[in-house]
Amino acid sequence: MTQSVLVQVGQCGNQVGCRFWDLVLREHANVNKKGIYDEALGNFFRNVDTRSTNGDDTNLHKGKIRSLKARAVLIDMEEGVVNELLQGPLRDVFDSKQLITDVSGSGNNWAVGNRQYGCQYRDRILDVIRKTAEHCDCLQCFFLIHSMGGGTGSGLGTFLLSLLEDEFPEVYRFVTSVYPSADDDVITSPYNSVLAMKELTEHADCVLPIENQSLIDIVNKINQMANSGKSASAIKLQSTLISGQSKVKRQEKPFDAMNNIVANLLLNLTSSARFEGSLNMDLNEITMNLVPYPRLHYLVSSLTPLYTLADVNIPTRRLDQMFTDAFSKDHQLMYADPKRNLYLACALMVRGNVQISDLRRNIERLKPSLQFIPWNQEGWKTSLCSVPPVGHTHSLLALANNTCVKATFTDLKDRFVKLYKKKAHIHHYLHVDGMEQSCFTEAKNSLSSLIEEYNQLDATKGLPVTNMPRLSIAT
Amino acid sequence: GLTRESVRQSAPRSGAMSMVLLQLGQCGNQIGQELLELVNTDGRNDLGRPDSYRAISLERFFRQEAGTDVPVARAVLVDMEPKVISHTLAKAMKSGQWSYGNHSHFCQKQGSGNNWANGFCIHGPRHEEAVLDLVQREVEQCERFGGFIAMMSLAGGTGSGLGTYITQCLRDMYPNSFILNQLTWPYGTGEVIVQDYNAVLTLSHLYKTSDALLIHENDTVHKICSQLMNIKQISFTDINKVIAHQLGSVLQPVCTRWSISEYGSNPLGDLLESLVTHPEYKLLSLMNIPLMSDKSLQFSTFTWPALMKNLRQMLIANAKMEAGIDWQMKLPPAGHPSVSKPFSDRKLCFNTSLANLLVLRGKEVFQADTDSFKEQALYTSWMPADSALSVWRTSTTFNKYEKSASIVSNSQCLQRSLDRIVTKAWDMFASRAYVHQYMKHGISEEDFLDCFTTVEQVIASYSSLG
Repeated sequence: MTQSVLVQVGQCGNQVGCRFWDLVLREHANVNKKGIYDEALGNFFRNVDTRSTNGDDTNLHKGKIRSLKARAVLIDMEEGVVNELLQGPLRDVFDSKQLITDVSGSGNNWAVGNRQYGCQYRDRILDVIRKTAEHCDCLQCFFLIHSMGGGTGSGLGTFLLSLLEDEFPEVYRFVTSVYPSADDDVITSPYNSVLAMKELTEHADCVLPIENQSLIDIVNKINQMANSGKSASAIKLQSTLISGQSKVKRQEKPFDAMNNIVANLLLNLTSSARFEGSLNMDLNEITMNLVPYPRLHYLVSSLTPLYTLADVNIPTRRLDQMFTDAFSKDHQLMYADPKRNLYLACALMVRGNVQISDLRRNIERLKPSLQFIPWNQEGWKTSLCSVPPVGHTHSLLALANNTCVKATFTDLKDRFVKLYKKKAHIHHYLHVDGMEQSCFTEAKNSLSSLIEEYNQLDATKGLPVTNMPRLSIAT
Repeated sequence: GLTRESVRQSAPRSGAMSMVLLQLGQCGNQIGQELLELVNTDGRNDLGRPDSYRAISLERFFRQEAGTDVPVARAVLVDMEPKVISHTLAKAMKSGQWSYGNHSHFCQKQGSGNNWANGFCIHGPRHEEAVLDLVQREVEQCERFGGFIAMMSLAGGTGSGLGTYITQCLRDMYPNSFILNQLTWPYGTGEVIVQDYNAVLTLSHLYKTSDALLIHENDTVHKICSQLMNIKQISFTDINKVIAHQLGSVLQPVCTRWSISEYGSNPLGDLLESLVTHPEYKLLSLMNIPLMSDKSLQFSTFTWPALMKNLRQMLIANAKMEAGIDWQMKLPPAGHPSVSKPFSDRKLCFNTSLANLLVLRGKEVFQADTDSFKEQALYTSWMPADSALSVWRTSTTFNKYEKSASIVSNSQCLQRSLDRIVTKAWDMFASRAYVHQYMKHGISEEDFLDCFTTVEQVIASYSSLG
């Protein structure tokens, strides 16, 4: 089996990452009752014997779990978040050698993150990543988690992407990017985002855009359900998309609930690679099936269920509801309207007690309301993983490659243009060594041409589906 | 064309031959395990059966291994990632009645990612030696080696890509041995988005190296599960068990000669000799009746005339299962010139065969009248019906069914499905969608075009049958 390495960059990246490690431990603890270090665990963790005397932890490949170490690299140009992590309940899961921090932060400036810190920390980062990769038998994927609107996550995070592409060309690069909303309080977030977008388009294999507002809406929906007070609809608290590990009501940090959602996204994305099922889907199958053209690798994700009701009886109707919900905007992690736009491809990753007939029935049911590009009318990629998430009997993650993302990108581009027209705050960027005005225009052009690629595919929407003339064979 | 004599592999008339199963990729491994489970269970059933049935069935699929009490499958398991093989080995062990060999599997750490080019161009050459080594060891343990059955799906990357590469290697290494590829076609509505590409690439390559391609379609088997077997929540295990039953109905011991006591000794050779009489025609489909839930089986009786009537109409009307058969479809009356069939007029689109093999098992089997399958109108004009039809029989019952009838058909059965696959793949190729994923591993646009051409030729060949 393969391994994955999580690279958490910046404040947002590390906060989400922290929630991820918490929840993945919970998931494995739920399944792995005997405390044996198995290949599923090995995907994200090493098993080390901390008693070894030569200073370097030896990796144990089998046997009882001794001490689990996360395959993670934590990078932040401020110390606050990472320090907190090191003092919290997860401190033993991280090796101090996996952390790279500085004190002054990036000042919400992409150029500082990408050019200045990139240059400064390049060798050290490469060193840490190489060591982490060396601990892997068969490294398949880097998961980068960051936000787009700031300086570190956005700048240094995307610097890392091209670094990883150069140094580890065979390893996939999956990026979870938190995009700023229109009313983001960081004024320069459009600059940072668009500058980062160019890197994502050119160097990522797959990007899962997330919008804070969508996460907020989901959190509110769950809290509303939880507080509605009717016993008949009592929800299993452990099961919500936003619940954390500890059963004790601890001091929950403000973004924990939202970050748990993103963490769950990653858990579900990798479940079929870690656990068995009747129709497996590995990470390399995601890119293969969902990315028909190299640059169009932005996937809209939706997660269901948001919570599980306490009553155990799950009639088929409720199972079908799960599929319907996956295509409702309420469950998407970004604002977009896939139903009104064109699907290039769609993946359904199902967990739990769901069989192929359930999957097929629902695809048939939902197909008529969705528009697929003419050459991919049956553009469904499906997987069945037997192990459900904690607290659920089944769950579904839908990943859509849909032209609806162009609306988000167009918005972003417009915000960028509004600022750039007045050259507002540009000087902060141009002060940084290696940063020129052309970087801005190149980034904007990259985004424009990406949007144009989506537009061209959209032009085929609504046209009658005709088959291309086939090769004729001389008889 | 080839004569029957040249196709036949020299084989001793008596004594059991053994076959080596290659389970390739997730599907191949899952179905392989169900097939072995089925033949083992059916073989062990002692109720009023000749000892030779059990002995021959056992010898065909199993052998002994030092240190193991139960029969060990003559099978090689191959996959590029470990989860499925672990699961398959464990499942076999759990039966307590048979197991896989201790050193019969090969796996890697990272799968093929549904990428045929990755399976064929990268994994194939890289792991060729190791896999063929396992195969050779299995072949050497056969006192009389009767050929390979390679099981794989068309949709993914390992079964289809690596499986195709390994089949080519087998052909090079064992030029005189029989190779039958058992192929599972995925559901029409995606399991894998690039499945049609993978299918075209596989079929075009296999056509040149394999002796025959025996095809199962998930869509068909799914309908069998829901409409005939009344299964409510159909799982892949259900699907795989039906496929295993159908395969077993052909591969278990049966008399291929008109002798009551002597079971045929060369199952693959006899199968190929009966059905693949021309190298341009290698696609085989399999229909088996009756199939029903255990509950219904209790209350059902079957007669050979009824079974023969249904099976024949299923063949003519290209009905893949015993429900919703189109009884309007008729053969042209004898003596009339064969009419060219427009695709648009369905009444004239009966299924023309090149060859058919009937395998009948159960009570009173020698009373079954198969003459209705000998009508010349069923067959293409240049194949005399007498040569085109083979009938195998045994009075030994098979897998709970008092009477069981299968037909393996080399006919236009699969033409429409194949056509659909090519249409979708071609449309996708016209937009060059996903092509960069294949080029990354060494398959060029030229290669794609060559493969499309080959498959179009296969479609044209079958079309020309009549």
